[in-house]
Amino acid sequence: MATAHTATHSATGHDHHDHEHHDNFITKYIFTTDHKMIGKQFLVTGMFWAIIGGLLSLIFRLQLGFPDMKLEWLRPVLGGWITPDGALDPEFYLALVTMHGTIMVFFVLTAGLSGTFSNFLIPLQIGARDMASGFMNMLSYWLFFVSSVIMFISLFIETGPASGGWVVYPPLSALEQAMPGSGLGMTLWLVAMTFFIASSLLGGINYITTVINLRTKGMSFSRLPLTIWAFFLTAIIGLLSFPVLFSAALLLVFDRSFGTSFYLSDIYIGGEALPNTGGSPVLYQHLFWFLGHPEVYIVLLPALGITSEIIATNSRKPIFGYKAMIISMLGITILSFVVWAHHMFVSGMNPFLGSIFMFLTLIIAIPSAVKVFNYLTTLWRGNLVFTPGMLFSIGLVSFFISGGLTGIFLGNSAIDIQLHDTYFVVAHFHLVMGSASFFGMVAGIYHWFPKMFGRMMDARLGYVHFWLTFIGVYMVFFPMHYIGIAGFPRRYYSWTGFEFSNMYTDLNMFVSAAAIITFAAQFIFLFNFFYSMFRGRVASLNPWRSNTLEWTTPLHPGHGNWPGEIPAVYRWPYDYSKPGAKEDFIPQTVPLSATPESNLPHEQELVKLEKEIIADEETDLVANESKES
Amino acid sequence: MYGFLIAVGILLLLSIIWMVYRIQTLVSVVKGSDKKIATGSNKVNAIMFVLFLVGATVLMFWYSIKEFDNYNLPVASEHGVITDELFWITMAVTGIVFIITHVLLFWFPYKYQYKEDRKASFYPENNKLELIWTTVPAVVLALLVIGGWRAWSDITAPAPENSHVVEIMGYQFAWEVRYPGMDNVLGEHDYRLINSSNISGVDFSDKNALDDFSSPVVVIPKGEPVLFKIRARDVLHSVFAPHMRLKMDAVPGMPTRFWFTATKTTEEMRAELNDPEFVYEIACTEICGRGHFSMRKEIRVVEPEEYRKWLADQKPYIVNNPALVADLPAELKELAEITISEYK
Ligand code: HEM
Ligand SMILES: [Cu+2]
Ligand SMILES: [Cu+2]
Repeated sequence: MATAHTATHSATGHDHHDHEHHDNFITKYIFTTDHKMIGKQFLVTGMFWAIIGGLLSLIFRLQLGFPDMKLEWLRPVLGGWITPDGALDPEFYLALVTMHGTIMVFFVLTAGLSGTFSNFLIPLQIGARDMASGFMNMLSYWLFFVSSVIMFISLFIETGPASGGWVVYPPLSALEQAMPGSGLGMTLWLVAMTFFIASSLLGGINYITTVINLRTKGMSFSRLPLTIWAFFLTAIIGLLSFPVLFSAALLLVFDRSFGTSFYLSDIYIGGEALPNTGGSPVLYQHLFWFLGHPEVYIVLLPALGITSEIIATNSRKPIFGYKAMIISMLGITILSFVVWAHHMFVSGMNPFLGSIFMFLTLIIAIPSAVKVFNYLTTLWRGNLVFTPGMLFSIGLVSFFISGGLTGIFLGNSAIDIQLHDTYFVVAHFHLVMGSASFFGMVAGIYHWFPKMFGRMMDARLGYVHFWLTFIGVYMVFFPMHYIGIAGFPRRYYSWTGFEFSNMYTDLNMFVSAAAIITFAAQFIFLFNFFYSMFRGRVASLNPWRSNTLEWTTPLHPGHGNWPGEIPAVYRWPYDYSKPGAKEDFIPQTVPLSATPESNLPHEQELVKLEKEIIADEETDLVANESKES
Repeated sequence: MYGFLIAVGILLLLSIIWMVYRIQTLVSVVKGSDKKIATGSNKVNAIMFVLFLVGATVLMFWYSIKEFDNYNLPVASEHGVITDELFWITMAVTGIVFIITHVLLFWFPYKYQYKEDRKASFYPENNKLELIWTTVPAVVLALLVIGGWRAWSDITAPAPENSHVVEIMGYQFAWEVRYPGMDNVLGEHDYRLINSSNISGVDFSDKNALDDFSSPVVVIPKGEPVLFKIRARDVLHSVFAPHMRLKMDAVPGMPTRFWFTATKTTEEMRAELNDPEFVYEIACTEICGRGHFSMRKEIRVVEPEEYRKWLADQKPYIVNNPALVADLPAELKELAEITISEYK
């Protein structure tokens, strides 16, 4: 065994023997360059942030659902943010909303989702020893960590964290006089986001390079699992759009600290007229949404990739329309860059632009629809096994439909006049992006937990977790459509000041109660996660009887993933329930020549080609062995 | 108190889960069901999907019908009628898709739940199907967008010549409403002229400003086009008049506008809704700071004759506060004083 040498396509040359590195604690768990450990680091940090982000939302949901409730009991934690008569400070309410959004979008669903699964799965599923650059990968995590620390600290400063909404539109975010959160809190937000962007870029470059260069023998692009396609395209979107966010932030820094006027003009505030003229707040919005809209797909695509894989595996059926799925994702990738201004229909930009962006926006709905139909057809006449991962994947499809359909209202600029910045938008993006991506992430954790920790999570706790969360999410977000149609504006501390919104206190109470229950249900998951890590049932090598490469590694893969040669790949990852085959799955590593009984006509022709590859492999192996001895 | 209850609830929940968890692990080990591909839970989950489908559908229809009059805001502008119609057409189209896809999504799990003796059908692709479900949504969406585009073009077209102009300026945290007076032309403004007695920075050296006046309510005539000229003096705000289906951001340094025609007076709406307290309102829908949720302004829609009477009764800024024109050059000052005396 020890003689089996790494193959020519090893990621980092020949320092990967199958015997374990003699890592100490620090190089193994902290400054590690092993993509699997880095993935777990992202995961745990993401889970930490998800709890924080969730708690913040519970606090503001208390305010909205139970406005008269005395919150003195929160004073030990929130201190002066609870007013003397026991209510939440309105400025702190905005801070909560802002930090909730920032944390969920960037720290949980971007870093926690892409960071975890791109890192963990790309090398394992394409058959690579590690990422193209392990060091850059490590740097990516630690920049994210620094960013997290700074953002976390900003929660505790006296003037409060950034409070201008997660989109931090200037002039509100540029002027300290406008709100206290725009002071130090906003500075920390910008610094943290700068580190975050650097982290995303380093990660993204690595994912792209790895997918392009380090695929194992036979792993052509047309045999990549859809997960990898999704991570790959996500990384491309991130690479092209995050720099624009950085420039938006940089100009904001200039306006804040160096007296420039990129976004500021004709402002009278705090009793004085500011000298800035000629800037445009709308410019910031264009720059922000040039990232902002792609960002929603950065968050969603990995989740869709994960569910494609899980749904196919647990339907015991090939994913329907593999090519159509890839084309849809490509379409989404490209189109996601040309729809940003649909967030700005009533921002005062030229209405002609509004018309253009309305047409472009509705085009992007088409590939989204195709994906849904393909999922449905994959389930059709399958043989469905409801693992927790599968349940969450089906849940994702449901949210994707519900939230995607409301996008059709919002993308229509005439209808959006009324709906913009109301709770209808909140319902839309929490379903389509928030909940769908969150479900993708949870599905992924349930599905790959055995690969991450060598043990199984408890399935029944998973079922309970799923049903509570699935029903809970709908109870929280579905009612928001009604209050949105009724015109309730977003980011309101209280609606009782207006006649038109002085109602639905019961519905808001219901939503808040549902939010608390749903949040509480996540502790079932947390318990399951940490308990199973140490005490769960030991997993078998391929517990879901899946085709992809990661299940050919040992139970606890070392740094380098495969002890011997990296397996070569002979088929696409979706040969489930192939007619003629004995089992209902044929892993990618099984040569076509070994399955004459189930080969399709065109595959039979490939057998010859394949024989050559196998012969090649053999000579390689022999050559290596003779070199060693 | 609540906190304590919640804590107890969570504790209770946790301990129950713990017990159930231990028991069922032991049971499953004894039964050896942890070796099976699909246990009895598979069936339970499959049934749950169907139950969820039925339950959620019933709830949705029940609530949507029961609450219709509450969430469906009455509409009071000409373009609002059109956008509402688009909204409900879109609702019908997407509603059908929503229901069909969800019926399939939740019924398939029941129908095709795992059976040991069955094999899933190997059905990897069908280009014809893909083509159909690419083109059909494309056509439907195109129709929806064309409707939206035509409405949008009309709404955003230049305001008719005879529109009544009203300036609405957002600031932390209120709206300032300025009328152009008899000449229907607003005077120039400059943010450097703002002070506590001239909060919208009106430039009184522009003679169009001399008859400008301010009003605590937005009063507009029914059936005649009204043009809101919108601006902000500190941060972004957004004018939202829900019954008028009107929304437009107020941007510092970049004036924006929105024109519309109201179709029902406040009185008419009161009668229609049988609610003597009813008022049209303006709210702010762009986060602007601490008082964002409290930027309320009232719109009063009146009959045209009544509007003209009201207009004639209003006193310009400079009549209410002659100090505003104290520093003007002599000839302008004279003009201003003539205006002031006219109103006396
Ligand atoms: C069917 C395709 C979709 C269409 C036509 C669509 C359309 C829109 C439009 C027009 C808005 C702006 C609404 C407004 O502010 O007035 C919006 C908001 C939003 N959408 Fe979508 N959307 C679609 C899918 C998605 C997806 C897939 C995601 C997430 C992955 C997403 C996430 C969001 C988010 C986060 C916002 C709100 C941002 C904010 O203002 O804070 N949307 N969508
Ligand atoms: Cu968007
Ligand atoms: Cu506001």
